[in-house]
Order: sequence, then structure tokens, then C-alpha cells
Amino acid sequence: MIDPAVDLVVLALLMGLVTYPSRALPLLFAHVGRLPPRALAYLRLVGPAVLAALAAVNTMVVVNTAPDAARSPSFYVGIEWLAVVVCAAIVAWRRNLLLGIGAAVAIVGLAKAFALA
Amino acid sequence: MTAVPGAQSPELDLATARRQTVVDGLGIIASAGAFGFVYGLSARTAGFTPIEASAMSILVFGGAAQFAAVGYVAGGFSWLGIVLLTAFLNARHVLYSAALAPWLADRPRAERAVMAHLLTDEAFALSITHFRRLGRADRWGYWFAAIAATFVPWNLATLAGVFVGGAIPDPTQYGLGVVFPAAMAGLAVALASGRREIAAAIVGAILGVAISLAWDPAIGIIAGGLVGPLVAMALPGPPMLERYPADPFPLGVQPDRPGRLVEHDGDR
Repeated sequence: MIDPAVDLVVLALLMGLVTYPSRALPLLFAHVGRLPPRALAYLRLVGPAVLAALAAVNTMVVVNTAPDAARSPSFYVGIEWLAVVVCAAIVAWRRNLLLGIGAAVAIVGLAKAFALA
Repeated sequence: MTAVPGAQSPELDLATARRQTVVDGLGIIASAGAFGFVYGLSARTAGFTPIEASAMSILVFGGAAQFAAVGYVAGGFSWLGIVLLTAFLNARHVLYSAALAPWLADRPRAERAVMAHLLTDEAFALSITHFRRLGRADRWGYWFAAIAATFVPWNLATLAGVFVGGAIPDPTQYGLGVVFPAAMAGLAVALASGRREIAAAIVGAILGVAISLAWDPAIGIIAGGLVGPLVAMALPGPPMLERYPADPFPLGVQPDRPGRLVEHDGDR
């Protein structure tokens, strides 16, 4: 019998167990020394592709995660678009991520403060 | 430390590169702190004990899956459904792991096993940028990105959210919710040094959003990360020549020695 105060620790353990293989298998078992150059070039392009996808999806797509709601994604338009574009532009221009993030937060924070977002 | 074909730059000054990674990491720390705090607050509201909320942050260590789990536990979903959803939401990590594998191949397997548990969106973004900036792997960069910039702030913020969340305003109301997508966009820009990287990023973003809307964001992010590089590699034209250091160096790091011209076999 599991103590009800900690029974979700077991759930956390199960969640961690199903997550670990996707994190570990390529890192532990890929024979990267034998990968052809095209495969290495492909892996090199994964970084920009997946980071851009993360940025775009987190800016433009919202999902209703309420327990009683369907998990239906919808398109979102908001001040965050401008903030993320400004951050990307600052990084491209000044090569300074912190400055870009600061500008993005300022844009969204001011928009919220003035009830524009 | 492993040199990788196609690395973005020749060796740079290690201290300079590390310093820049620490500065970049400040934004990631803010993001992990803000979202970890909101997660802790959400978990407490959903009835998690502090031990349970922290166990999720230590054992799962994946924001999207943890937020979903809080919602579904509160809604009385079955554990089987939550576990399957977690595997689905976190499947994108296989891309990060595969992309980092060439850089970390010479580390002992036991060390890579620990590194794997700490692999997140943020750890991948910071460490791959650090390695490309440096032109080789630097395990300090990985541990900094995974532990100092992500694991520690995420877990401390989880506890803060659980214990004092009710007394502190939600940080996302001050615009901190934009930190994560802004950081990811900025790091993507930092990696996009050639036309194929730019094409991979654009296709990844467009496809990611389109498929997210059609199915689910977890599928969209994976599809964008998988297909973007394929489209970029299929671009017509001459082989991509990577000029070192004529291409912009990511995030302000300046080269400390003259450039050289490297032809990239994989881009033919």
C-alpha cells in the first residue's frame, strides 16, 4: 500500500522511465564514428530546425489543457509574435541573446501593463 | 573533447566561449525559474504534496509533460494515459540526443547516461550553441546548460511555487512567459550561419506550426525537426562552403585566429 501523500512519486518514476529512452538511446548507442557525412550533416541541421519549431509553436499555437477540455490546438496571434521577432532580430544584429530576451520581455510586459495584450 | 565535421568554427578561446555561454544561460535561468514556479503553483493547486511536485521535477524533468500531468491528475485521468502522453510529449528528445551524440561520443558511457537524463530543450539549445561556437565539444558547457541553467533553477522554482506560490504574483503576468520562445528563437538564429541552416529553421518553424494545428504540438515539433533538415539538404545549388570565420559567429564570440575554408561533404 502506497502512502497517499507520496503516491504520485510512483507516477513520476513511471513518467521518467518512459522519457529516458528517447533522451538516452542515440546518446548511448549511436555508432557515430561510422555515420556517413550526409548523416552528420543532417544532424547538424537538426538544431536550427527544432529550435525554430519550438519557438514558432510556443508563440503561435495554444492548447487547452484544462482537465475537462479536449486537447485541441488553436492558432494564436498576439504581442508575443512581435517580441520573439524582435529578440531574433537583436540576436542576428548584436549577437546578444540576453539583450534580445530582455527586449522581448519588455515588449510583452509593457503591452500587458497598458492592457494591449 | 571531440571535433565534429561541420563544426561552426575553429577553436576559440575557451574562457571567452564559456563566459558567453554563461551570459546566454541567464535568459534560460529566467525561463526555467518562471515556468518552474508556475508549475509548482499549479501542482500545489492540483493537490500535489511538495514531495510529489519535486519528484516530478527531478524524475521527469520535462516542463510540457509535467504541466500536462498536473492537469490530468487533477482531472482524474488514468496513470496509463498520463504515462503514454508523457512518452509522446517527450519523444522529441530523441532528436536532441542524436544531434549531440557525435559531440559527446568520447565521453564514458556512464557519464553519457547521466547527461541523457538532464537533456531538455534548454540544455540542448545552450550546449549545441556552445559546442558550435567553440568548434568542439566541451563537457563543462553541457553540465552548465543542463544543471546550472536548467535543473537547479527548475527544481528550486518548483519548491518556491509549492511553498510560497500563493503569496507571489504569477511571473508570467509580467511578460516572462515569452522568455522560452524568445530564447529558442534567438538560439536558432545563432545556429543559422548558412543558407541550409536558415532553410532548415524556416521549414522547421512552418511545418511545426502547421502540423501542431492539424494534430498536436508534440508531433509538430518533431516533424519540424525531422523534415526541416531534409528539405535544407535537398536545396539545389553548389555545395555549401563553410567559410571560417567569415560566417557570423554566434552570440558575440569573436574568432581568435584567421579563418580557413572547409568544404562540407555532407552538403553535396
